[in-house]
Amino acid sequence: MWQRFFLMVLLCTAGTSWAEVGGDAENGEALFRQCRGCHQIGEGARDRIGPHLNNIFDRPAGVAEDYRYSEGMQRAASGGLIWTYDTLDDFIENPRRLVSKTRMSFRGFDDQKDRDDLLAYLRQFSASPGNIPEAAPTAAAVDHEVAPEVLAIIGDPAYGEYLSGECTSCHQASGATDGIPAITNWPAEDFVVVMHAYKDGVRAHPVMQMMAGRLSNEEIAALAAYFESIE
Amino acid sequence: MTYNRRTFLGSAALTAGLLAAPMVRAQGKPRVVIIGGGAGGATAARYIAKDSEGAIDVTLVEPTRTYYTCFFSNLYLGGYRDMQSLGHSYGTLAADYGINVVHDWAVGVDRDAKTVTLAGGASLPYDRLILSPGIDFVDGAVEGWDLSSQNAMPHAYKGGSQTELLKAQIMAMPQGGTYAMVAPPNPYRCPPGPYERISMVAHTLKEANPTAKILIADPKEKFSKQGLFEEGWNDHYAGMIERVGPDFGGADVSVDPTAMTLSIDGDVNNVDVCNVIPAMKAGRIAEIAGITEGNWAPVNAADMSSKMDANIHVLGDAAAQGDMPKSGFSANSQAKVCANAVRGALTGSTVFPARFANTCWSLINTEDGVKVGATYEATEEKIAKVDGFISQTGESDDLRAATYQESVGWYDGIVADMFG
Ligand SMILES: Cc1cc2nc3c(=O)[nH]c(=O)nc-3n(C[C@H](O)[C@H](O)[C@H](O)COP(=O)(O)OP(=O)(O)OC[C@H]3O[C@@H](n4cnc5c(N)ncnc54)[C@H](O)[C@@H]3O)c2cc1C
Ligand code: HEC
Ligand code: HEC
Repeated sequence: MWQRFFLMVLLCTAGTSWAEVGGDAENGEALFRQCRGCHQIGEGARDRIGPHLNNIFDRPAGVAEDYRYSEGMQRAASGGLIWTYDTLDDFIENPRRLVSKTRMSFRGFDDQKDRDDLLAYLRQFSASPGNIPEAAPTAAAVDHEVAPEVLAIIGDPAYGEYLSGECTSCHQASGATDGIPAITNWPAEDFVVVMHAYKDGVRAHPVMQMMAGRLSNEEIAALAAYFESIE
Repeated sequence: MTYNRRTFLGSAALTAGLLAAPMVRAQGKPRVVIIGGGAGGATAARYIAKDSEGAIDVTLVEPTRTYYTCFFSNLYLGGYRDMQSLGHSYGTLAADYGINVVHDWAVGVDRDAKTVTLAGGASLPYDRLILSPGIDFVDGAVEGWDLSSQNAMPHAYKGGSQTELLKAQIMAMPQGGTYAMVAPPNPYRCPPGPYERISMVAHTLKEANPTAKILIADPKEKFSKQGLFEEGWNDHYAGMIERVGPDFGGADVSVDPTAMTLSIDGDVNNVDVCNVIPAMKAGRIAEIAGITEGNWAPVNAADMSSKMDANIHVLGDAAAQGDMPKSGFSANSQAKVCANAVRGALTGSTVFPARFANTCWSLINTEDGVKVGATYEATEEKIAKVDGFISQTGESDDLRAATYQESVGWYDGIVADMFG
């Protein structure tokens, strides 16, 4: 109550947004109902459909003991993914953008305030919440959502085929997977979202950041159209 | 009546004298001849044949029936791959892509007549010629060594039998013996290659011959991924590897293949294996074609065409192109740009702007992989670097293992991209 009052004052006086001052943990608890079907948190929490979420802040991805993670999560984990305010915020917004083919089948929260509230709640179950930022340092500045007009670009598959020459020295056109994931036959929209996740640095892999980093929106759309079209 | 192809063919059928015309047309398909069926040449052949869908007549000239990759040959030395897994045939390129694969050496290029002469005597006419002959060694680069010494002191810098020979010599070393390497000066194929090799030889010796020593004479001040290699050598092979840089005479070497000695700055070392990697130049056929300047063949970045002859393109190690390292990945990347440009020039298909990339992985020890890579663009002057990255020292074991797994995936990927 006191906290909320304090926030109201801040909002009125300084005009700051919720994201910059941290979320409302009470509302976060209510929102966590949407996670509870799969995740436990708090004393005695165990792995269920999803891993337990105690001490999730600063926890490396994929380390809950005895829990069998998807291949995608294991790959993200070996790539060094750590759950911070930023990465959790991203994951909860759209799990598949950060971790391909994750088994967490959850649509995601579009609303930044919902995510801030939920994270404020999760934060209470980490060992020393005092050391954890109340809000993402970049939350207000960076929006990783791919803009609707970018998603709407219709790619030219012929251009995509030419560009794909840069990809097939690593990603086999046959769709074979061996140390490097297959990228054929993906829904174009997922493909675009993932490529932008590399481009924006949301996904950490250095090769892919470099490859995606110089592709324009049109080029990403062209590649998505081409790879969607091959088996 | 409009004069189109169908009416032409129709009237041709009526007139005996014109019957030959469609045949001339068929024979008149533009011809591309490619010399060298390696990372650059095989990729270019496959892309031109695949994307032109029969509109271009593609001939690939390559003396060997099985191409043994240099990439991953160090892993063979380390015991991680067998030789068979590095060999690839041209069967699919011939059968599925309609490429005319000719197993012979190209020995001459007549740029005025636009023909290539083969050792077997045949002459192949071309509209565009693509050269991707890889490297040869600079004569007299290492005092005391020439090609006739390559059995006593192998370079193992071309794939196949040389690599097998080097491995056999390593396995036959006496306990506590010395493996020596004469490292090459810049520029040469695969900048991290000699140092990945040192890692793999050390790995093999650590098991088979733990008191053995490794001695490197290096004319270069610095080398590719140096920090990463040196960290790995300290971690895994401490006390085994000695590198003599130019400050201590690493550039001043001579060998005696009969006595099996390596002299560094006048100091004579008895060695059991001597892996001499001499200075390199473009494969000889580039010089014969008269398109080299110094040791390499200068090209225009936009389409990999020779700066001396617009009908000839040069790919891979043989080309002087600018910032890209000489690697299989680079050759494969350049080949796709070239294929697109050549197709455009000969059939009018769309030519998209050039773009290049490279990544080179190296294995330091089991599951300890590192990588370096960059993207490039074509400028007026050269292929210019845009952006890059390199693995860091102190990375987690998991990340190193994932990097190694990636390299395995890449190997399968590039081989499929080259040979279908
Ligand atoms: C030990 C080692 C490790 C390496 N590791 C890697 C790596 O991990 N990653 C990487 O990207 N690169 C690596 N490379 C580099 C890579 O092998 C070369 O850069 C690449 O093969 C160059 O391709 P190319 O087409 O220019 O030449 P090549 O692949 O060498 O092909 C040239 C072909 O031309 C043929 N030829 C030559 N002259 C004639 C002629 N007159 N007529 C007809 N045919 C001819 C030859 O028989 C040969 O098959 C490594 C190299 C070495 C030696
Ligand atoms: C339908 C079930 C389901 C729902 C609903 C769900 N999750 Fe998950 N979650 C999973 C599964 C399964 C995994 C393991 C994913 C994998 O291995 O790919 C996971 C993984 C995670 C992880 C990574 C944990 C780790 O150890 O790396 C976090 C964080 C997470 N979920 C948070 C949430 C939050 C917060 C919500 C609610 C907004 C939520 N999840 C809703 C099933 C679910
Ligand atoms: C040098 C090798 C290399 C090249 C070239 C490359 N990639 Fe990748 N790519 C990878 C690796 C390795 C991964 C796994 C990265 C990770 O774990 O996040 C990956 C991941 C991906 C993914 C996500 C797949 C998943 O399941 O999460 C997509 C999509 C993708 N790449 C598209 C492309 C496109 C499009 C190109 C060409 C423009 C390309 N890549 C070029 C190596 C490469």
